[in-house]
Amino acid sequence: MSLLDATASQLLDAIAARKSSAVSVATAFLNQIAAHDARIGAFLHVDREGALKQAAQVDEKLRARQPLGKLAGLPIAIKDVVCTRGLPTTCGSRSLQKFVPPYDAELIRRLRTADAVILGKTNMDEFAMGSSTENSAFQITRNPWDTERTPGGSSGGSAAAVAAAMAPFAIGSDTGGSIRQPAAFCGVVGMKPTYGRVSRYGLVAFASSLDQLGPFATDVAGAAALLEVIAGHDPRDSTSVDHPVPDYRRTLERPLSPLRIGLASEHFAEGLDAEVAASVRRAADVYRSFGAEIVDVTLPHSKYGVAAYYLIAPSEAASNLARYDGVHYGHRAEKFDGLIDMYATSRGEAFGPEVKRRIMLGNYALSAGYYDAYYLKALKVRRLIRQDFDRAFEKCDVLLSPVTPTPAFKVGELVNDPLAMYLSDIYTLSANLAGLPGISLPGGQSSTGLPIGIQLLGPPFAEETLLRAARMFERETPWHTKRPSLAVAP
Amino acid sequence: MAYKTPVTGGGAMSDVKAPNTATNYTTVVGLEVHVQLLTRTKLFCGCVNKFNPTQPNVQTCPVCLGLPGSLPVMNRHAFELALKTGLALNCHIPPLTKWDRKQYYYPDLPKGYQISQYDLPFSSEGWLEIVADPKAPETRRIGIIRAHLEEDAGKNFHDETGRGGESLIDLNRAGTPLLEIVTKPDIRSAAEAHAFLDELKLLLTYLEVSDCNMQEGSLRCDANVNLHITSDGGRVATPIVEIKNLNSFRGVEQAIDYEARRQFDVWQETGKKFGEVAKETRGWDADRGVTFGQRGKEEASDYRYFPDPDLVPVTIADSWREEIRAGLSEFPAAKRHRFETAHHLSHYDASVIVAQGRMFADYFERVVAACGDPKQAANWVTQDVLREMKERQLAIETFPLSADVLGALLQRIVSRKITTNSGRIVFAALLEQSAAGKPLAVDNVDAIIAEKSVAITSGADELTPIIDAVLAANAKIVADVKGGKQQAIGALIGQVMKQTKGADPQVVRELVQSRIAAL
Repeated sequence: MSLLDATASQLLDAIAARKSSAVSVATAFLNQIAAHDARIGAFLHVDREGALKQAAQVDEKLRARQPLGKLAGLPIAIKDVVCTRGLPTTCGSRSLQKFVPPYDAELIRRLRTADAVILGKTNMDEFAMGSSTENSAFQITRNPWDTERTPGGSSGGSAAAVAAAMAPFAIGSDTGGSIRQPAAFCGVVGMKPTYGRVSRYGLVAFASSLDQLGPFATDVAGAAALLEVIAGHDPRDSTSVDHPVPDYRRTLERPLSPLRIGLASEHFAEGLDAEVAASVRRAADVYRSFGAEIVDVTLPHSKYGVAAYYLIAPSEAASNLARYDGVHYGHRAEKFDGLIDMYATSRGEAFGPEVKRRIMLGNYALSAGYYDAYYLKALKVRRLIRQDFDRAFEKCDVLLSPVTPTPAFKVGELVNDPLAMYLSDIYTLSANLAGLPGISLPGGQSSTGLPIGIQLLGPPFAEETLLRAARMFERETPWHTKRPSLAVAP
Repeated sequence: MAYKTPVTGGGAMSDVKAPNTATNYTTVVGLEVHVQLLTRTKLFCGCVNKFNPTQPNVQTCPVCLGLPGSLPVMNRHAFELALKTGLALNCHIPPLTKWDRKQYYYPDLPKGYQISQYDLPFSSEGWLEIVADPKAPETRRIGIIRAHLEEDAGKNFHDETGRGGESLIDLNRAGTPLLEIVTKPDIRSAAEAHAFLDELKLLLTYLEVSDCNMQEGSLRCDANVNLHITSDGGRVATPIVEIKNLNSFRGVEQAIDYEARRQFDVWQETGKKFGEVAKETRGWDADRGVTFGQRGKEEASDYRYFPDPDLVPVTIADSWREEIRAGLSEFPAAKRHRFETAHHLSHYDASVIVAQGRMFADYFERVVAACGDPKQAANWVTQDVLREMKERQLAIETFPLSADVLGALLQRIVSRKITTNSGRIVFAALLEQSAAGKPLAVDNVDAIIAEKSVAITSGADELTPIIDAVLAANAKIVADVKGGKQQAIGALIGQVMKQTKGADPQVVRELVQSRIAAL
């Protein structure tokens, strides 16, 4: 077995059984990064030295027969939006180019406790705003399946890293689809947990009420293993929910029966690529073949989702990004005339166009005289969207839908058309507005050989159900075993 | 003075009258008071909440520095102190309150927004009763519009040499809990504003919500001032001016007085009325005793308030609210009232005692319990104890005579074991002993009485020979007394008292009279 082709679970077993040392596993992935990342651009920062040191410590623990964490020796790539003590955390922004956090995010603390090996930090759209990873201030990331195409975004670096076998799994953040959409574009598994399931402490905020951290992996079991470690209550995050974390891996192989799969007509809207639609319908057939019941549901307010999202997310973002003012953090202009100009010039230089666009949108929506018409109304729409889901989940256990309207688009294709770019989140952002968990898994391939993802959505804290349902599909289909040619070790 | 009707001029210092017209005005004041809460830690993180100007930026963490990724968690104790205050101010406490972000840029505000409360404060619609003048015990009820909780900002230090040096920022204070209390424009004079602040401070210190130390910035105040002018039978209001950053109660009073006079002059000059010009913000120059124009508020603010998505709304269950209400200590006003009714003190004495703080009032009550005479206790604590505290610059907690010791001393006076004058001698001797480093106990009181031989000797057996000797030596005076010159007896009593030291004057008087009558 090649270490790079192994699933997360296989690697865990190999390390625990001392068939492969943690150092050899880390080295294999670090070498893969060294060999291919110049073309892919998945990583902003590779911590070779730190990773090998952590791996050596795991090996030492193994030798000394000390108790090991749940992810002992498993290399992991972290989206550069999560604070890592002593490692740069840039959020893909010039404003945080030189920021090295003095503290670890709760998620990082949990990963370290679990003895995971942090390989480095992955590229992303600046402050997670974007769907193509083209909005990074530092580099673009290319899709390992076709380097002319984007890996999606904003967690494009993490998705591409897993697809290109530069990491067996990775962490992303999902505010409107930023885990699920790149997972679909890159042919890997990506999961957005329920809002409050994973602590946001140390996740640099884009839109606080929508942001959620989650796993990428090559298969469902890898996602389950990672989620098990990162999920759980954190008293330092007031929005974290104190809800028991099930042992996801233990129940993963148990099929769900009976199982009701919901299909919403709104999820097959105009603009949906025919091959994507066909993949979703074929997935429904796969479930039907297990004896699952396919039910039609309706989400009547989903058509307002994009509008509500692009009021709420930018409003929160405008506020969250106010701290990058050139006084305390990051970039300060060299020349300015007085305090106000220092703010304006520093911020003007530090942020890219998409971030500026959203700051302006957000500040406009929160301005005196506009608040009620925009922000408050968007909150009402948000409640209606949640109600739609609550009603739908009375009739079904999970919803099956497309992840994205199309397979991966080309680099530069949408970059000057923000609205078209925003619409690429149309099937994912409702879950963020409603706070629901969703998983994106490989569900097909286009005629041009690009991965197509399918999405399963569930009620709050139904991660276990989603993982089991996803696993049922995965076991019967070959899509998760497909790898881009680049990912094959040289 | 207490206010009954609008008075000519705004108060003691603002008796302004237009030279040629019969024009009266009333000063109308609303206050915004910021109070720092006495919590161990900051409002949204675990950093210590302590005044520490000499070591900048040491009381900080990722949360109060506003580091990327950090999140606030509400300090429940701070919220409970706030609730205490809301209840003590007779406010409505809603079942649900929330946190909002008030957004503006300033270097001392690391997140670019302040976590505050906008449209759903934890308390609203209350009142505080004040007595503007303790000698005229008429109460006035000052309405409270709202009280809300927010985090404080840090502090900026600018180069004041004018050479354009670097500005420095200290974030020790950033994130400390701050209570903002906003009154209705119910205050009608500078003196009344002062009285309100005195009463508020007293209340907050009694509740142990804040130490209200103005030097350390624990209490800060802005005043909104305008005039209601009665002119030619009509009434006009002048434009409202907000005086910012008043840092002493005296400053508040002086600034309001000054501002009232200034607004009247401006009105006479320009005739501008409320609504015709924008609200103005002025500063107070304590050295020159004037208010001065500052940058207009309208430039600064659209605060773009919205609910803070990092914090969950706070549900205030009835049980929680009532638990806090039950734990409230007696308010100053209630204590004054009880001292007047239960202890029969004058309003003035009750006010003086209560105004010294909860510890002092407790001391007084313990003295009463020990001696059994509230009036005697009040006289001693308001005169002798306060005088000595002032001279020695002591707080009541460190005053050498404990309540038990003073109570024992007063008990000897009340039970006529010693005279009041002898009591003062013993009091002074006790203080001397303490100054010599000796801890004082009740036993010391009797020891000193004995040592100084000031115990009243009231027995006729002891007194009669002395009296007879005095009468024999003063035949002329005795004759005068017998001849009807009653006041002459005083000289005889005086001589007897001198020879007996601690004799009871009443007893001596009776014995002298009976011995003369028997002659």
